Amino acid sequence: MNPAFTIPAFGPVLPEILLAAGALIMVLFGAIRGERPGYAMNIIALALLAVTFVAVLMLPGERVETMGGSFVVDGFAKFMKALTLIASAGGVILSLDYMRREGISRFEYPILIVLSTIGMMMVISANDLIALYIGLELLSLSSYVIAAFDRDNVRSTEAGLKYFVLGSLSSGMLLYGSSLVYGFSGSVSFPVIATVLQGNVSIGAIVGLVFVAAGIAFKISAVPFHMWTPDVYEGSPTPVTAFFAAAPKMAGMAMATRVFIDAFPGILIQWQQIIVFISIASMVLGSFAAIGQRNIKRLMAYSSIGNVGYALIGLAAGTAEGIQGVIVYMAIYLAMTLGTFAVILGMRRGNVMYETVDDLSGMARTHPVLAFCLGMMMFSLAGIPPLAGFFAKFAVFNAAIEADLVALAIIGVVTSVIGAYYYLRIVKVMYFDEPAERYDAMPAGVKFVLALCSIFVVLFGIVPAPLVAAARAAASSLF
Amino acid sequence: MLGFGILSGLLVLPLVGAAFILTLRGDSEAARSNARWAALATTIATFLLSLVAWARFDTATASFQLVESHVWLTETIRFKLGVDGFSMPLILLTTFLMPFCILASWESIGHRVKEYFVAFLVLETTMIGVFCALDLVLFYLFFEAGLIPMFLIIGIWGGKRRIYASFKFFLYTLLGSVLMLLAIMAMYWQAGTTDIPTLLAFKFASNLQTWLWLAFFASFAVKMPMWPVHTWLPDAHVEAPTAGSVILAGVLLKMGGYGFIRVSLPMFPEASEYFAPLVFALSVIAIVYTSLVALMQEDIKKLIAYSSVAHMGFVTMGLFSMNEQGIQGAMFTMISHGLISGALFLSVGVIYDRMHTREIKAYGGLVNRMPMYAVVFLILTMANVALPGTSGFIGEFLTLMGAFRSNTWVAFFATTGVILSAAYALWLYRRVVYGELDKPALQTITDLNRREIITFAPLILLIIYYGVQPGPILDVFAAPTETLLNNVQAALATVKTAAAAAH
Repeated sequence: MNPAFTIPAFGPVLPEILLAAGALIMVLFGAIRGERPGYAMNIIALALLAVTFVAVLMLPGERVETMGGSFVVDGFAKFMKALTLIASAGGVILSLDYMRREGISRFEYPILIVLSTIGMMMVISANDLIALYIGLELLSLSSYVIAAFDRDNVRSTEAGLKYFVLGSLSSGMLLYGSSLVYGFSGSVSFPVIATVLQGNVSIGAIVGLVFVAAGIAFKISAVPFHMWTPDVYEGSPTPVTAFFAAAPKMAGMAMATRVFIDAFPGILIQWQQIIVFISIASMVLGSFAAIGQRNIKRLMAYSSIGNVGYALIGLAAGTAEGIQGVIVYMAIYLAMTLGTFAVILGMRRGNVMYETVDDLSGMARTHPVLAFCLGMMMFSLAGIPPLAGFFAKFAVFNAAIEADLVALAIIGVVTSVIGAYYYLRIVKVMYFDEPAERYDAMPAGVKFVLALCSIFVVLFGIVPAPLVAAARAAASSLF
Repeated sequence: MLGFGILSGLLVLPLVGAAFILTLRGDSEAARSNARWAALATTIATFLLSLVAWARFDTATASFQLVESHVWLTETIRFKLGVDGFSMPLILLTTFLMPFCILASWESIGHRVKEYFVAFLVLETTMIGVFCALDLVLFYLFFEAGLIPMFLIIGIWGGKRRIYASFKFFLYTLLGSVLMLLAIMAMYWQAGTTDIPTLLAFKFASNLQTWLWLAFFASFAVKMPMWPVHTWLPDAHVEAPTAGSVILAGVLLKMGGYGFIRVSLPMFPEASEYFAPLVFALSVIAIVYTSLVALMQEDIKKLIAYSSVAHMGFVTMGLFSMNEQGIQGAMFTMISHGLISGALFLSVGVIYDRMHTREIKAYGGLVNRMPMYAVVFLILTMANVALPGTSGFIGEFLTLMGAFRSNTWVAFFATTGVILSAAYALWLYRRVVYGELDKPALQTITDLNRREIITFAPLILLIIYYGVQPGPILDVFAAPTETLLNNVQAALATVKTAAAAAH
């Protein structure tokens, strides 16, 4: 029989198939039903994500390749997909009330989120450069559209356009790098690249590696490819920003890990210095540039740049311990960032959303619970124990010390102290300043997300072992 | 009870109290009163529980007692608690001072009462946690976690420059501590665990010891605080509410000293010996320089804050003299300074509550209207000066004796600090209490009320009791001090034999 007609195993791809089929049905349903008030489409999307989540959990734990070796499922992919699905669900829940009140509630939004999620899951499982690129494009194109979802708003359309132009450039770089890597290794498949590119490789392959790294750095908004982040975060509708800060970050870090650890383990010395540089630059820029920000969404953009820098410390270590650090970091970062955006979404009076740091003034007295939650998120982002953020930083710095990257670790902790300044400023505004008017009551969905995230962030320190153990198991599947 | 012991109870009890206060609804006078009483009841219950722990504690042995260990981060980073002769007295000091802090805040805290007591109770948990943690990561966790409630206490209920002071306090101590975190990780990869008893037996390579020692020093020196990284302390003290100052001076500063004796000395003996001259130099500068600075202060709290820095200089000097008198003296000074400085800040709080100023110039002739206060303040001033008969004397004398055995010049210069401390303390007393009562604002000032008398009586009794009978405390330190010194000597001896053999 002609091997080209062999039917690949669909089992490992089941979650993606579920999502894709679901998305198509949603399009159909939405088109026939037309635009109607209510949350039906959102609820379908959430149900779809939930079913997919269960399907992901039921995937086999050991490494399975399918689709001619272009798609791989292992413990790492499972874990990161689960995180991504949670993040996407968070993005949908946070948008429910906001989209309706802003008058931009359209049925396409949940569909685009689902499509983007398929892209993320493909990226996480990609085992060759082509699959990676396709997944990335699916993820990116959906993202460009939802960034501009508030299409009558100049800021939102500007954000979408900017994201699109710069994103296309970075995709081009990734593609160019891929072609060089293919040219010098003779294959697009990660395992083959890994066996071919060992030790002293030619300069062409290194150039390819650099371009691939540049493309990836853009997606995770690491310095020096971060310029789009503040503008896109500020301009996009807030729930979309929350989604951008959460879901694509999970997929992006997973992609970076997959590419560098699976495809280029033989030239660790070469890419390690790139990652170390990107990591340091992101941490430094993230902490210094955020100090002057007045808009919380912009501030969170710089915060996310800094946080990517910390997560990259784990990748720079290049060890199982390091990848474990990356996973722990991203899982905890997910809770912190969704929680923070939940509070930002709660800052509304009538039809006006408030977005500057000063608008938080005296919140500890007008909204004590909300202020407490955001305060804990901020201390956690600053890495203060016993909150979850401390364990995240502990995991990555611990890996860096093991890998003898002492200088990187020292720069990391010092920038975390500098970063603590602007997180503290938010606490200061909420707790030390005079109260402003009360905000409207928080929508139930936002409250739900905030409650979950706060419980996780505050109480993680009591039972950290399950997540750490799961992350260890996931990381060991790559080595 | 699932293997949870009395130390877990000490950690959980204040949190239970805090949770209870959080459930109180509204901001009526009744709710505030309930919050006060609940906080007082919680701190007293915690103190009683710590007394139970003390009753079960055996002072004859140097090993860790009341040990409990639970699964936590990984198999080798566990939630492990335990106490020995160094930590038990500090826990008692913490639980003992807390009810006084609550009493001192009874009327002076008028707004956001519930949050205030919640912050204090959470702070108590973290302080107890620092002293009973038997795992370095856990130690670090509590060491840092205390920053959050203290940041809020200074920032919300502090004085005019509270925001500046709270940020400075937070960022300064955080910067010091993060390097310690990296050192803890390095130790983890060397020894495979962060379990303190195991690490005490582990021998680190000499060159690594140097770096680890420096990293821990960065943290503990800021926390102590030692000259020249002490500048956060006067700001924090001046702006903090009275009870915040009491806890800051009484307990938080002791974390640095405790860290030296728990980690730096026993785990890095070679580095400690190598760096001892540096510590001596910084200690002596701290003692002399900050005493001189204290002379020039116009703010009462700032003066006492600088005097705290000077006293902590005696502690570091004693610790690094590495002999029995030095270490026991340092530990004794920490306990005694906890009582004395705590009481001193409380007594400043008394007049601050009445006049709302801490300027020395605003006072004078208080003895005419406040005779009882004058007596209390006199006793405390004398204890601060280390007059024989007060606990302050025992500690300073022992540390000086230890320093004298180790390096006479250090002892010589440090002794001048004793004279200077008499100068600034007595001068302060003269300017505040004696003289004519000619300031119009002071004409109606009232003497101590019953709540304040209840607050001061036990503190003063203890200060005098331990001044006359230091034995009970020193006995507690004896066993662990001996073990510590034996281990340090043994470690240093091996190095010297190895060096001799190499030649």
